[in-house]
Amino acid sequence: MAETVFSRPQALADVTTHYCPGCTHGVIHRLVAEVVDELAVGDRTVGVAPVGCSVLAYNYFTTDFHEASHGRAPAVATGIKRARPDLMVFTYQGDGDLASIGMAEIVHCANRGEKVTVVFVNNAIYGMTGGQMAPTTMPGQVATTCQLGRDVEQAGHPIRVAELLSTLRTPGFIARGSVHTPLLAVNAKELLRRAFTYQKEGTCFSLVEILSTCPTNWGIPPAESTAWLEENMLPYYPLGIFKEPEGRDRAPLPAPGG
Amino acid sequence: MAKKLMKGSEAIGEAAVQAGCRLFFGYPITPQNEIPEYMSMRLPQVGGRFVQAESEVAASNMLYGAAGTGERVMTSSSSPGVSLMAEAISYLAGAELPVVIVNIMRAGPGLGGILPSQGDYFQATKGMAHGDFRLLVLAPWSIQEAADLVQDAFDLADFYRNPVMIVGDGLIGQMMEPVEFTDTREPIKKLEPKTWAATGNPGDRPNNVINSLFLDPEALERHNVKLKAKFDSMVRDEVRYAEYRTDDDYDLLIVAYGTVARVCSTAIDELQEQGLKVAMIRPITLFPYPFRAVRDAALKANQVLVVELSAGQMIEDVQLALEGSRPIHFCNRMGGMLVSPDEVVDKVRAIVDGQSTEVSHG
Repeated sequence: MAETVFSRPQALADVTTHYCPGCTHGVIHRLVAEVVDELAVGDRTVGVAPVGCSVLAYNYFTTDFHEASHGRAPAVATGIKRARPDLMVFTYQGDGDLASIGMAEIVHCANRGEKVTVVFVNNAIYGMTGGQMAPTTMPGQVATTCQLGRDVEQAGHPIRVAELLSTLRTPGFIARGSVHTPLLAVNAKELLRRAFTYQKEGTCFSLVEILSTCPTNWGIPPAESTAWLEENMLPYYPLGIFKEPEGRDRAPLPAPGG
Repeated sequence: MAKKLMKGSEAIGEAAVQAGCRLFFGYPITPQNEIPEYMSMRLPQVGGRFVQAESEVAASNMLYGAAGTGERVMTSSSSPGVSLMAEAISYLAGAELPVVIVNIMRAGPGLGGILPSQGDYFQATKGMAHGDFRLLVLAPWSIQEAADLVQDAFDLADFYRNPVMIVGDGLIGQMMEPVEFTDTREPIKKLEPKTWAATGNPGDRPNNVINSLFLDPEALERHNVKLKAKFDSMVRDEVRYAEYRTDDDYDLLIVAYGTVARVCSTAIDELQEQGLKVAMIRPITLFPYPFRAVRDAALKANQVLVVELSAGQMIEDVQLALEGSRPIHFCNRMGGMLVSPDEVVDKVRAIVDGQSTEVSHG
């Protein structure tokens, strides 16, 4: 009798996605779905889908979903969670959505300490709209709106979201992972598990930034894109945990007596 | 419940609580701050929640998220803030979410000023944001009516699964008047359970998705047709208006809404004492607009006077209603200046004396 050792998570819909070959959205979707299943919260989980490549995420998960306008997923998640604190609420956002148009919403959602989980997929480019420069695009990286490469004199340097948010005093869990190797994918799942668990226990806001490939808009074959990520993104976007709710946050404390 | 002297903003907030609203998301802007302030104090007393958002953009999207769970939710703002909410209001209408939005209008354009205005009539009734949609728009002329309409607004929003907007001005927000809440209020509509709400999938149905995205044009057209049918049914079933001194014959009909209609009622009383036959029709729903009622009332008069705190916005709907069948005159103030009863009296006398020019139809 054959034993099933690998199957589709319940929280993941049995459909074909529209994602390009070599894109890691599919892997990240699966990791989120596995965590939802393992925590047994699928029947009380509500996702918030952004504008961007994962705009159709509500078709790929079996959980209830809200589609949000561009950048506003953390505000929508706040509304859901405040209305129904018993629900598990997660947003799934790209870097254009979260780090550009939605920067105000993510900062204040984190600062209020909303008990929601943000899955932040950073592939250093706008995907859905066709490869424009993102706030996370690397210096010198070519995009359709910086065809000579990102000029930091004009566009500034890439924004490190996990580091930026970890300066907030409000307790939270903030980490960065990647899924471009199997081992790192396992680590990323562990970060997601911790993030969802903090929410389940009502502990704090949680955000996991996950580095992702975009062969189509990077203009390189899928097999080379993991190497590109490793060589170009990893040194600038280090993996790890940047903030934990148990008092190990990096934000400077007020001066004594001040 | 006994009558209680209440400030308009507090009455609006309390009416929402009485209607079962337990969630309020807002951002400070004058002259409506007393509404979020009241809700921040009141909602926790009844197990509700108040969030001061980082912006009107965020507040309106929190509203979207909370409404998607099926709870009764509200926000309030004033003109520039409502402009910031416009995008989300389009999404709310597209995703068919019931919410109540209060706009305590101030004078514009731009930052404008903080004093009363009716300059957002076009925005509320015709051009709130991108895409084909309508809001059901209610305009109270007293604090009691504001309290009543807020409660009705929650039922109407739930029934139509559409945003409902209450438009007032600083007078409605700041005036104090006696208000009575009945203990035995029943919903004005038969309301169905919100089976569409996204509150977790028990696994025995497809997932509920709160959404306004339809990439297939045929599906989007079907959605638009469905929305249009809903707006048509509002036009058929929800028109509200009030008449003032129309029982007797009248020579001149005033058309005004909101607090301006209060001013006009004072003017009409004075004009009647002077022996002039003047009456008023007051739209309560600005969408759906009472076109037929305005026309019918106007056809009993020889002249029509529209009074507004704008450059002339509702007057265009009066022109549509009358189709040139009666001369239309216009009396207005702008920029936060109010129309006084004396100005209305003088304008009516000028019309009667042939000293007023009717507005051009262009």
